Parts: sequence; structure tokens; C-alpha cells
Amino acid sequence: MTVTDLESYEDALSVYDPVMGLEVHVELGTKTKMFCGCSTTLGAEPNSQTCPTCLGLPGSLPVVNAIGIESAIKIGLALNCEIATWCRFARKNYFYPDMPKNFQTSQYDEPIAFNGYLDVALEDGETFRVEIERAHMEEDTGKSLHVGGATGRIHGASHSLLDYNRAGIPLIEIVTKPIEGAGSRAPEVAKAYVAELRELIKALDVSEARMEQGQMRCDVNLSLRPHGREAFGTRSETKNVNSLRSVERAARYEIMRHAAVLNSGGTIVQETRHFHEEDGSTTAGRIKDNAEDYRYFPEPDLVPIAPAREWVEELRAGLPELPRVRRDRLKTEWGISDHEMQSVLNAGAIDLITATIDEGAPADQARKWWMGELARASNETGKELADLGVSPAQVARVTALVAEGSLNDKLARQVLEGVLAGEGGPDEVVEKRGLKVVSDEGALGAAVDEAIAANAAVADKIRGGNLAAAGALIGAVMKLTRGQADAKRVRELVLEKLGVQG
Amino acid sequence: MTDLTRLTAAETAAAIATGEASAVDVAQAHLDRIGAVDEKVHAFLHVDTEGALDAARAVDERRAKGEKLGPLAGVPLALKDIFTTKGIPTTVGSKILEGWIPPYDATVTKRLKDAGIVILGKTNMDEFAMGSSTENSAYGPTGNPWDLTRIPGGSGGGSSAALASYQAPLAIGTDTGGSIRQPAAVTGTVGVKPTYGGVSRYGMVAFSSSLDQGGPCARTVLDAALLHEAIAGYDPLDSTSIDAPVPSVVEAARNGNVQGMRIGVVKEFGGEGYQAGVMQRFNESVELLRELGAEIVEISCPSFKLALPAYYLIAPSEASSNLARFDAMRYGLRVGDDGTKSAEEVTALTREAGFGDEVKRRIILGTYALSSGYYDAYYGSAQKVRTLISRDFEAAFGTVDVLVSPTTPTTAFPIGERADDPMAMYLADLCTIPSNLAGNAAMSIPCGLAPEDGLPVGLQIIAPAMADDRLYRVGAAVEAALTGRWGHPLLEEAPAL
Amino acid sequence: MPGITREEVAHLGRLSRLELKDEELDHFAEQLDVIIGAVARVSEVAGEDVPPTSHALPLTNVMRPDEVRPSLTAAEALSGAPAQEQQRFKVPQILGED
Ligand SMILES: [Mg+2]
Ligand SMILES: [Zn+2]
Repeated sequence: MTVTDLESYEDALSVYDPVMGLEVHVELGTKTKMFCGCSTTLGAEPNSQTCPTCLGLPGSLPVVNAIGIESAIKIGLALNCEIATWCRFARKNYFYPDMPKNFQTSQYDEPIAFNGYLDVALEDGETFRVEIERAHMEEDTGKSLHVGGATGRIHGASHSLLDYNRAGIPLIEIVTKPIEGAGSRAPEVAKAYVAELRELIKALDVSEARMEQGQMRCDVNLSLRPHGREAFGTRSETKNVNSLRSVERAARYEIMRHAAVLNSGGTIVQETRHFHEEDGSTTAGRIKDNAEDYRYFPEPDLVPIAPAREWVEELRAGLPELPRVRRDRLKTEWGISDHEMQSVLNAGAIDLITATIDEGAPADQARKWWMGELARASNETGKELADLGVSPAQVARVTALVAEGSLNDKLARQVLEGVLAGEGGPDEVVEKRGLKVVSDEGALGAAVDEAIAANAAVADKIRGGNLAAAGALIGAVMKLTRGQADAKRVRELVLEKLGVQG
Repeated sequence: MTDLTRLTAAETAAAIATGEASAVDVAQAHLDRIGAVDEKVHAFLHVDTEGALDAARAVDERRAKGEKLGPLAGVPLALKDIFTTKGIPTTVGSKILEGWIPPYDATVTKRLKDAGIVILGKTNMDEFAMGSSTENSAYGPTGNPWDLTRIPGGSGGGSSAALASYQAPLAIGTDTGGSIRQPAAVTGTVGVKPTYGGVSRYGMVAFSSSLDQGGPCARTVLDAALLHEAIAGYDPLDSTSIDAPVPSVVEAARNGNVQGMRIGVVKEFGGEGYQAGVMQRFNESVELLRELGAEIVEISCPSFKLALPAYYLIAPSEASSNLARFDAMRYGLRVGDDGTKSAEEVTALTREAGFGDEVKRRIILGTYALSSGYYDAYYGSAQKVRTLISRDFEAAFGTVDVLVSPTTPTTAFPIGERADDPMAMYLADLCTIPSNLAGNAAMSIPCGLAPEDGLPVGLQIIAPAMADDRLYRVGAAVEAALTGRWGHPLLEEAPAL
Repeated sequence: MPGITREEVAHLGRLSRLELKDEELDHFAEQLDVIIGAVARVSEVAGEDVPPTSHALPLTNVMRPDEVRPSLTAAEALSGAPAQEQQRFKVPQILGED
């Protein structure tokens, strides 16, 4: 294994300006494949969801999935693209065993959507506009299993086994224009773009866009140019970077690698790179020389697609509220800052908070619990908020109990702890753990009397006007009631009994 | 007892419907004929004796139950080996698919079965339909029943030879540049290339997707029309299939008449390279049309001179892509897999061993024409020519109802004569190619024997897209007049085998 | 007229996955040179303002509803496979990537 030289990130950015291009493939959530009626359900027996068309059997022909087209147009519209008035599919010709026809049915110079943009929010709430070159339709390949090699990798395998269930599943490929001017924030922009795109795809309900399942895959193209130069440098293409964090790391790594190569007087080779999750590095793949010739030509087996303008407008009118617009609206409704909104987004808590509010909780309370206690639990367990095991309805119930005075914050935390531990719903936990604010004035008064008697010196100080000393008596009362008292009420009672104005 | 193999398809269907003959007897008579003569002709690559008899038996049973039978129920048919047949080998005339048994039926196959038509077997063809002589079959050439040392046309030579040697009254062909019409012309039979999109291509192994069209082959115009109706019509499995009613071709074939029609003679078809006897019979046909009441108009289609070059760029380009799937991974031949070679090497070795010369030549030519740097000059220009040819046709059909020409410049040439000269071979499709490029409908019917060699000459009739019925109206009128003049169908002059 | 060389034929053979023999390279180079010489005439119209035709008939927007149709069984799908293992198509080792 050769060691790759890396320049420090800061030094790299002090000399060079990164230019990125991001290519994202999204598998659509259609019921059937792009060009045949085979099911797309995951997890089926190998080769059980295939037919003459997606196996590329002699004589078979493709027919376009209407929802595939509709989804592509929706994505295009949501990305502020123009929608082609007339476009064709093309054949991209190259041999590979996972591709049954040895050409991919794709789009070439006539994409269905082009010339758009996506505004993405960075960590600090600043907005960066990523220009979209095109979004086009194509089909996925089959899956190969490499047998006989050490690690299931292609190298060293004795043979491979092919399952074509995935072959022909519709893909939308979304390609950005070169992303310039992000400077040191380029990796962050890359991550934020993919995150925003994922939110958008989910909001459109055209795919679940689960990156860990390969439903959304990103290629990161990156080049460096010295500050002040306009021409782009040679780019590397890091393939199949399949998590948000990896997108950021891959971009960062390539910036440092390119800078080291350039600084040592070397040249960047135009090649594909493989990203490694383990250490965030990339290694060289295939060199992209010009021998590669896909011989694109219009697909004669499919007729052109000419989406009627009325249909396009109908689809536009039917678009759901897009994530960014929704976030802006919620930000105003909840009265929070850009930065706070960004934290909510990063935590994946928007839908949960919204649902909690829908269950009757005040916005600030809903946000407080999800972003506080529950976010902490999420960090500790490594589970997503949504998978913690507490529902928005339960959080709303906790906030209701606090509002009516049955719980104070400290008790509410214990209730949530119980819910997370699987002890049941909030009311059940309150019941089982006996967590209830002592609201019986008589019992509370007795506890105050007991505390005063036990702390006569402190009581004197308070009588003498030192109100700050009240804290010690309140603490003593809370201790006596095992925390189940409303601290505010205890303070009132202490001052009242000592004859002091609060 | 009449020889059941000498009946037309219409007569056969009538005999079965009335109970004069059983479908099984008809099938058996044809199977016997195949047994007797096909060793000499080599029209079939695969004979499905059991399947044919089973299908015939099913027709007889339905008749016995009093069920209504379709117009061709029980009639035997020879199917070009380019259509997939579930459970029956489909080779496309190539070694690369030797032994392949498709798991599905082509739409045409399905419609034939649904119509109660009895499929006798699969017929010989130029490998992947690339050729005009059937000499490019990996399984050996087919002889022309008029002279077994001559070619039966191609690529559908097996189908045309089966008809001309009375091994089947019906056959199916495919026409990419003339592969239905040219074999019909040189064997004295009838062949129709329907409007592109008229007959489903689903399950028809692709040569050149934008040009390929399946169609009927028969010994009479009416039989071709009956078969046309059985196989044509919208198919949701083929995106290029026309979603409109099939033109009423049978009605047209029953009412042959050219009275008052305007018929165009294409000036560009003729002259150098055209055999004198072919031109003589063609000119007589034009005269006949005039006598039958048609108005004859000379038409010029200047772009047709570029049709052949455009075709030899478009068809190989599409073929180079269509044939990429034959890679030894999922079906068909696999060569060189000794455990040390890579998938890439095995694919290249298999394709080298499995494809014949003409197929390789066209794959290379097509790969070249599509290459970056050459695309605009070759493939791109060829597509512009295609536009110009369509415009020529449009202009012509603005003036006339149909066009006529010789189907081929010459009669059947001897086997082997043009085998080493691809350009000479390509000339056989000179008159048929424009219709493939434009997608319109065309037919070839026999119009006599060339005096110098006594071999059949074809008359080509071309109609606008979706006006296939005009072919049958004109074809039936000419056929009736000529058989009247000859006193018998032309095929009866063919020597006994 | 543009010619075609033996080397070009070899390159085209690689692109189209044909393990061409030496004598074929010579033979095809010679024949393709003649054929290309003859078909190059189409470029006479290259400059003309003529739209190219990719499809014979002017159909558009042919689509099917997103409804599941029966697939083949895995056994049918694999019925023509030269080799199979674990209900999958067994192929020789793959060299390339991507
Ligand atoms: Mg792509
Ligand atoms: Zn399928």
C-alpha cells in the first residue's frame, strides 16, 4: 500500500481554489422498473424479478414507465429546471456483465430537465446556490457478487455471480454545474447540497432516498486551480460516496491530495477514485483516457417524450411545499434563528417537532425537549431521534403535564427517561415511578416548617432581608419532597412563613 | 384426393372449416412434403412436428365442438427463425444462439397461435437478417426452388423457399431493407412489408430497430392479406407499435381494382445495373396497370440515390448496439471459459467464434459510424438523408396513390456469385430500402419470368404509411389480370423438385 | 475519401468485443475501406439544414402505467445461462471496474 501525500487543509486552501461537480443518482420508488413491468421490491430471491426486457433477452423491447417520467419532471421542477418540450432516450454503449444489453438506456444531449438551481443552507445559516446542469432518466444495473477473492472484492475473485433484480430500476441522475467560489467551505457545501437534495426527493415522495441502501449515490468530482486562475484544473471523480459525512470527507481528502500532488510539481491524472469509509481516504481506480467512446445515439426502440405544457404546469401546481420553504415558514412560526433552525435540521428533528406541535404542544416546548433531553439521548445511544422509541404524541403529553403543573422539568426528564427505557407511556411512567409534583399545600407547608426548624440560622438571615439565602431552604424542601415539589411555590411559602416580601 | 399442399391458405382454411379436410391431415401433408423435399431446399432450420400436430389437433377439436374458427385456423405456416418461440429453438441463423430455447413467445408467435395457425417450424435466414441471399446463415444456404443452385433471396430465403416449394402456404418474414420483398421477388411469391409499427416487433430479434418490420409471405395476395390481419395491430409491449385500427387489407385484397387510381413510376429505379428482362416485365406491368384503368405518372425522387449509403450506415450502427447483448454471460454460446480467462476475454472470444463474417463486418462498420468524431459525418448525415427520402415520398404521395418499381434489379443470382463482394450483394436491395427508411408500406408480387433466364421477376408496389390496404387493392388487381393472362399461377411453371 | 486502416479495425474490434484474427484485420480493413468510400456520399447533405430522422413515424409519449406484470420465474430467467450458481448467472472473473 503506497502512502498518499496530503497537504494540510489550511495550506491547500491558502494556495488553491477548489471546483466541484456533484453527480447524484437517485433510485425512484416506482412500483415497477423503468422499461418493464417487473417489481422493484427489495430483498426478493435472486433473478426472480426479471423478464425478457430487463434480462436483455433477444427480441425484447422497452416501454417507458409513466411514473418514471412524472417523477423526473417533478424533480426537475423542484430544482427550478426548465422541462424539455421534446427529448429522447439514448443508448450509452459499453460492455459490462452487470448490464444485460451492454448499453444503458439513458439520456444524452436531450435531458428531460436542465438549467436549474438548488439553494442550500450551510451550518451557520448562510445560503449557497448550487447551479444544476441537468437531471436525466436512466436505468440501474444488476448486482454482482464476486466469489473466491479475499474480501468479496472484484480483484482476486475467481468468478462472479449476477442477479438482475436491480437491472432496469429507474434512476434519475442529477448533475450540478461546476461549483465555484465555495473556497474552504467546499466540502461543507457538498454535504449540504446532498442533504438538501435528499430532503427534496423525500418531500416529493418520489423515492425514500436512503443512502445506506444505495437508493441515493453520489459521485464527487473535484479539481483545484491556483487562486486567481480561471481555467479549471484536472479533476478526479470519486465514485459512489454513500453517506452525507462521506461526501464531506471525500471532498476534503481530495483537496488535500490534489494540493500535495500539485505542490510537489506533479500533475493530477483524470481518473476515477474509490472512497474508503474506514479512514476517509480515496484510492485510484480506472484512468479515464479518451479511448472510452460510448457511441451514444437516439434509442430507436423508444419514441420521444414531449411533455405537454399543461401537464408540466399541473405537476408544478401539485408540488408539495419544498423543504427550504417549509423551513423558512417554521422558523418564523417557531420564532427561532437561522442557526437554531440549522441545528434542528442537522438533528433530523423537523418532522418530529412539527408532529409534536400537531399533538398540541407549544412550539418552544416541543423544540426544547427534542433538541435537549432527547437529542442528548440520541447522541449517547447513536440512534436517530426518530428511532429512539418515543413518539411525538408522548412528548406532547409530557409538555401538557408540565403545563398543568403536574410535573416540573426535573420530573419531566425522569418521565422521558422512563419512556425511553420502555417503561410505557408518560402517564404510566408517572404512575409507576410515583413522579408527581407535591401540590398538597398542607404537606408542602409541613415540609417548609420542618426545613425552617432544621435551619434556624438560615431562616434568621432571610428574616434579616438576605433573600439570596432562600435558595438553601428551598433546596432543603426539595430534598424532603424528593424533588416532587414546584420550586416556585416552595419559595413563595418560605418567604410567606418568614414574613418577608419576595 | 387433392394435394393439400397445393391449396392456397384461404382454400385450406375453407376446407378445414367445412370439414372437407382435417387440420391434422393438412399439417401431416405439409410435414410429409418437408420430409420429401427440404433436404434439397433447406428452407427449415427446425421442424416442430409434434407442436404442429398438437396445434392442428386442437383446431380439429374446436371445430368438432362447434366453436367458431378464425379465418386461418388450421393453416400451416413457416416462421422465420428470428421470432422467439417459447420452448422451441430460436437461432436467428447464428451460431451464437445455437441451442437457445427462449422462455417467451414473440407477439407475432402468440398471435399466430391465437389464430389457430399451425407453426410447422423455423425457417432459414441470413445470420441476424444481414444479407440478401440466405448464404450468410451459419447453418448453410437455402436453394431457390426455381433453380436450387441459385439464391432464394434474403434474409428471409427460408420462408420464401418454403412457400415456393409448397412446404407451407404461409410464412412470416422480416424486412429491414427488403428481406421480405426481395426473396418474394426472386421466388415468384408474394411478400409484404407493412407500415413500420403495423406489426409488433416484440420478440422479433432486432437487427436494426428503426427499420425492422415483420410481415406476411404467401403465394397469393389474398393469403398475404389474411395473414396480415392475423398478426397486425397495436401491441403495448412495443413502444413503436401504431395504436390505430389495422387498414382493411383483406377487404382490399378481395376487391382488387385500380380503376381511376394514380400510379407513379419512380424514374430513379432503372437504368444501369438493371437486368433487361426485369425491366421488360416491369414495363409490361406498368402497361397492364394503364389497361386496367390506372393513370400512370412519372415521379422523380432524387434523394433515393442516397438511400443505399444511408441504409448501410443506419442499419449497421443500430445493429452494432443491438448485437452487443450477445456476450456469453446470460444465454447462448460461451467459448474459452477455461477458468483462467476473464469475462472480457470470454466475451470477445465468443463473439469472434459465434458471429459470421457479414455480422462482424456490419458491427465494425456500425461501431465506426457511431464513433465520436465520425458520428456527424456518417450516422448524423444518414439520418438527414432519411428525412430527405421521406420528403420525396411525401411529395410523390401528394400526387399519386401508390408507386411502382421492380422489386429487385436482377433475378436470382447463383449461390456464391456475390459472396465475396459485399457491395454487389448490397445492390439487391436498391429498390426496397427507401421504404424502410421512410417507414411506409410496400409489397412484392410476381409479374412474370425474365425471358433471358426464365426466373421470376417481382413488381414492387409502395403505399403511404397506414395505407397498406392500397397495396392489396393494386396487388390483387395485377395478380388477377396476370394469372388470367397466364392461365395459371406463375409458380406452376416452377420445375418439380 | 477517408480510408480505414488495419489499426482502426483493430480498435473497432476492441470497442465491439471481437477477438479479430490477423487475416480478418487485413480482410475487413480492405472491405470496409470500399464500403465506407461508397457510403460516405451521405455527407453530401451534411451541411444542409435538414433535421435528422431517428424514428420512421412521428409517435411521442408512449408510456405504460406503473403496474406490476408477472416476471419470469428465476428458473426461466436462468434457463439459457451457460453457467449458474446460487440462482445467479455465473460469469468469469470481471477485470474492469465501475
Ligand atoms: Mg449516468
Ligand atoms: Zn423486467
